[in-house]
Amino acid sequence: MEKIYLDHVATNPMHPEALEAMLPFLKEDFGNPLSLYPPGAKAKEAIEGARGSVASLINAKPNEIIFTASGAESNNFALRGIALALQNKGKHIIVSKVEHHSILNSARFLEKSGFAATYLPVDKSGLVDPDSVQKAITKETVLISIIHASPEVGTIEPIAEIAKIAKKNNIFFHTDAVASAGNIPVDVRELGVDALSMTAHQFYGPKGAGALYLKEGTRIVPLIYGGIQEGGRRAGTENVPAIAGMGKAAELAKRDMGKRSDYVKTLRDKLISSVLSKITNVYLTGHPEQRLPGHASFVVEYIEGEAMLLLLSAKGIYVASGSACSSKALKASPVLLSLGIPSHLAQGSVVFTLGEGTKEQEIDFLIETFPQIISRLREISPYSKGWEGTEDGTCTAKK
Amino acid sequence: MYSEKVMEHFTNPRNVGELPDADGVGTEGNPVCGDVMKIFIKVKDNIITDAKFKTFGCGAAIAVSSMVTEMVKGKTLDEALKISKEAVANELGGLPPQKMHCSNLGADALHKAIEDYRQRQVRS
Repeated sequence: MEKIYLDHVATNPMHPEALEAMLPFLKEDFGNPLSLYPPGAKAKEAIEGARGSVASLINAKPNEIIFTASGAESNNFALRGIALALQNKGKHIIVSKVEHHSILNSARFLEKSGFAATYLPVDKSGLVDPDSVQKAITKETVLISIIHASPEVGTIEPIAEIAKIAKKNNIFFHTDAVASAGNIPVDVRELGVDALSMTAHQFYGPKGAGALYLKEGTRIVPLIYGGIQEGGRRAGTENVPAIAGMGKAAELAKRDMGKRSDYVKTLRDKLISSVLSKITNVYLTGHPEQRLPGHASFVVEYIEGEAMLLLLSAKGIYVASGSACSSKALKASPVLLSLGIPSHLAQGSVVFTLGEGTKEQEIDFLIETFPQIISRLREISPYSKGWEGTEDGTCTAKK
Repeated sequence: MYSEKVMEHFTNPRNVGELPDADGVGTEGNPVCGDVMKIFIKVKDNIITDAKFKTFGCGAAIAVSSMVTEMVKGKTLDEALKISKEAVANELGGLPPQKMHCSNLGADALHKAIEDYRQRQVRS
């Protein structure tokens, strides 16, 4: 059975050229970039080359790129590092309710450390209202962080507009661009951001390589103290192979971005319109137009996401869900709830994310298979016309 | 994450449906939490002669529903009341720990159906 991978927002297969770029540094070119003899210099050169490619992908300067191990690390670093560097100026930060856990939990950490945090709501398409950002600003506000594109519902936020508000108020602005960088145009000058998180495996690079763009002159407190790697801002012997792979992936992403995104967008539009026309009581989540090109997310009424995911998986189709049962925490996705989707409906979440390797026949097979799976689960479900018993908003798990 | 038996019962669930002339009906769970099970039983001479279910929920919830309806057929009401969550999970070759509480609703729904049957008896 052919496997159909439609969870590209979780991670991606590596581009063969990116993998190729890593291999020498896992084999013969194993030197430590800090060493002064030739193998060290070769490793150092690889890192600086990759820094240039990553910088060029987002229109930054090479010295504005700090390599990290993941998008989550970049987010932690930005939120905690910048806030702590500025704590003498003020102790208030602003984030949205649709941030990744690495932002939300960093914000909670800051709250425990004496900061106040505002969590901005979003509208039903997942958009943050720039006016709400302006209204949330206080004399104490030192940092605003809003996600660029949501991995769960695909919505792309009006970052340039929000960054302008931050700038006008002289407040640092960070965006989590993990799901967007490398997939859609991300230009730090056009967006006007001071800091931006990204990760390589979202654009066909390896896992274990992330980056934080930090605008020249921005102060940050390190998360990891030690040696002078990354300008003393992120200690630890560099993951040279992964960084080399990230550099190559960034180069390819810059070259192929338009082609890749047009391709997945066409397939995505076909998927969305087929699902909405072939199946009743199914709703698109997130913004209908302002969304990631390969992203199609839905809630399917009267059935549950994990069950859908498993039946699709049995057909060789791999997808994601934000339902409570499919999460290890057994809570429905807070992002879906923030969009005003009721908990019982959020249980029917299913997320398809397409990539450059997705084939049209795979989408056709999905369009044919998905309605069958839905009707099968609906036959089992006690609900078909309406919901009962949803007025009680608390879940009392029976012990 | 699920045992083979769970997957087998989930992908080929037994006894799906409703019994229009059921002698007892029990519902457990809440769609807000992700799992709801509704069980229908037919009772004759104190013995459960048939059982069907409708379930909204994850793979485990559906497998549990299928299993409990299989287990209960031919049992006396008192025997059926002794079927525990653990017994259902064991028959399925175990459930992941996080699914033991929220998705393992079969025994509770069954007990409610028996209660419903007994109340109907008192009333008639």
